[in-house]
Amino acid sequence: MSTGLFVVQVLNGLQFGVLLFLIAAGLTLVFGVMDFINLAHGVQYMLGAYLAVAFYALTGNFLITLFLALAAALLFGLLLEFVVFRHLYDRDHLEQVIATFGIIIFLNQAVKTVWGAAPLTLPIPEIFTGSIVLMPGLLYPVWRLVIIASGLAVGVLLNMLVSRTRVGMLVRAGATNARIVSALGVDIRRLFMIVFGFGTMLAAFAGAMIAPILSVEPGMGDTVLILAFVVIVIGGIGSMRGAFLAALLIGLVDTLGRSFAIDILRLVMPPSPARTVGPAIASMLIYLLMALVLYFRPAGLFPARGR
Amino acid sequence: MAQTFAASSTLPARQTKVLGLLPAIIFLVLALVPVAAVFGPESYLLGLFTRVMVFAIAAMALDFICGYGGLVSFGHAAFVGIGAYAVGILGSHGITDMLVALLVALLVSAIFAYLTGTVCLRTKGVYFIMITLAFGQMAYFIAGSLAPYGGDDGLTVRLRSTFLGFPFLQSDRTFYYFVLLSLFVAYLLFRAIVYSRFGRVFRGARENPTRIATLGFDVFRFQRVGYVIAGAIAGLSGFLLANATEFVSPAYMSWQRSGELIIMVLFGGIGSLHGAIIGAAAYLLVEEVLGGITEQWKLIFGPLLVLVVLFARGGLLGLAHAIGGRLDRG
Repeated sequence: MSTGLFVVQVLNGLQFGVLLFLIAAGLTLVFGVMDFINLAHGVQYMLGAYLAVAFYALTGNFLITLFLALAAALLFGLLLEFVVFRHLYDRDHLEQVIATFGIIIFLNQAVKTVWGAAPLTLPIPEIFTGSIVLMPGLLYPVWRLVIIASGLAVGVLLNMLVSRTRVGMLVRAGATNARIVSALGVDIRRLFMIVFGFGTMLAAFAGAMIAPILSVEPGMGDTVLILAFVVIVIGGIGSMRGAFLAALLIGLVDTLGRSFAIDILRLVMPPSPARTVGPAIASMLIYLLMALVLYFRPAGLFPARGR
Repeated sequence: MAQTFAASSTLPARQTKVLGLLPAIIFLVLALVPVAAVFGPESYLLGLFTRVMVFAIAAMALDFICGYGGLVSFGHAAFVGIGAYAVGILGSHGITDMLVALLVALLVSAIFAYLTGTVCLRTKGVYFIMITLAFGQMAYFIAGSLAPYGGDDGLTVRLRSTFLGFPFLQSDRTFYYFVLLSLFVAYLLFRAIVYSRFGRVFRGARENPTRIATLGFDVFRFQRVGYVIAGAIAGLSGFLLANATEFVSPAYMSWQRSGELIIMVLFGGIGSLHGAIIGAAAYLLVEEVLGGITEQWKLIFGPLLVLVVLFARGGLLGLAHAIGGRLDRG
């Protein structure tokens, strides 16, 4: 494996990790503050991508598209919260899983009905097309760098929000003990709604940003959802810092594992079984990591709840 | 929170007479299906109800750990898949005898449950849900990488399992009764376990693990035994599934499948064993009926799930008990 390829894969891993962070951030907040398992978070990411495609067809401008898609996703998220989710906060985790599973089934089919089952594409905004030269003979697409940068920016912003503002303080307090916060006179329902809307928007943002380099199709949220859960569980539920670090870790481990598993295995076994076993190990790697983390730290790396 | 909910529907103190007979009625109806099927599209009905019973076995196993043990597993489809692959892989090597295939299916899924249970049961609540999901995904990817056995495409089971060389499952009707027998045995087994001393400790650990531990029981070991039993029975369901569909694929282990099993349990009414049969039947029949009405059936099915959660607490059985209780009083 050459250094060039390695650098490219590290960047790809970072880009993937940042994407996972955008999704996991909302999930971990909703989970941490409201103790609510929202499986439908993945379809909100998918919806972000679809909305971006739809608004781009209308406006032809990526920035306006992004803005409209986020607004629409936020409205839809709040509508879902109002109609369904708010009635589930006091319920058993099992019931939350089923109800949000029902919403996944519905929305996956709904986008298929509205936009068709065929994958859609979104062009990369013109100023960010093309590649830049990382080192002689090594090109890297600008858009992926934009994703990494915007994701890191969101990470910094979120960290500021959570650690410096009043809402952030309430969120942190809510993740530690929501009932005490409520008893201290904070309108916890309103806090829930703010957190939920914010999480929805982050997921939609991730969907809209990744749409230009991924095919937009029904079910695209399902795999990402599971990975986002892996991230928040490894990071510790409710912990923003944990989600950030775990997302980058998972992004890197998964991407590098997929690229180099066969090469590494070839060092210890003949090429033909390595080619068979390699991909399997690569796709299992993050789950293996999660099992290991939970074995030694049953509440994740950075547990937020003070229990 | 996870504790309070299941308790309400487990072992109701006073059962109405009809509802007490419900398990017997269910098995009677299932036994009569092939007789009634003669008057309709026979092979279709037999196939459908065979599938119902196969999934009912898996759902019942899940209900056992979930409803009685408080252990919500989101990776239970992995055990079903392991049982199915036991049939598929042995079959591709020409070993179709049930004595071998069934034993391997039970044994391998039990071992998988023992190993993963040792890790999973260290965690609690949501973390347990997620780590079982992780192991389910691992099993899914391993199955997808079995290139000699079809990889992602899966493999066909050429011949249903035989018994000492005698292909008695070839007839759909015999196979149906074999599945029914398996379901019945699974039901009796779980029932016996739930009411045994072991079952009392197992149930107690759901309600208050600290108290059970204080009484001198090793909660972890009890839960692990329960987890292994549930895994092995799900493996049995997989063994039957492979024989029913004559096909095995990694899709059997996907997390959506595990989710469906949870839905079945919740549909029927968690913590009641025979509720799992009702749940599996309701789930698959609703799917079948809606699928017959429109291609977009998922647009109806998704909201239906939400409605069931919001308004029918305790599932169909809970609903029946509520109605039955009202009739009793009035």
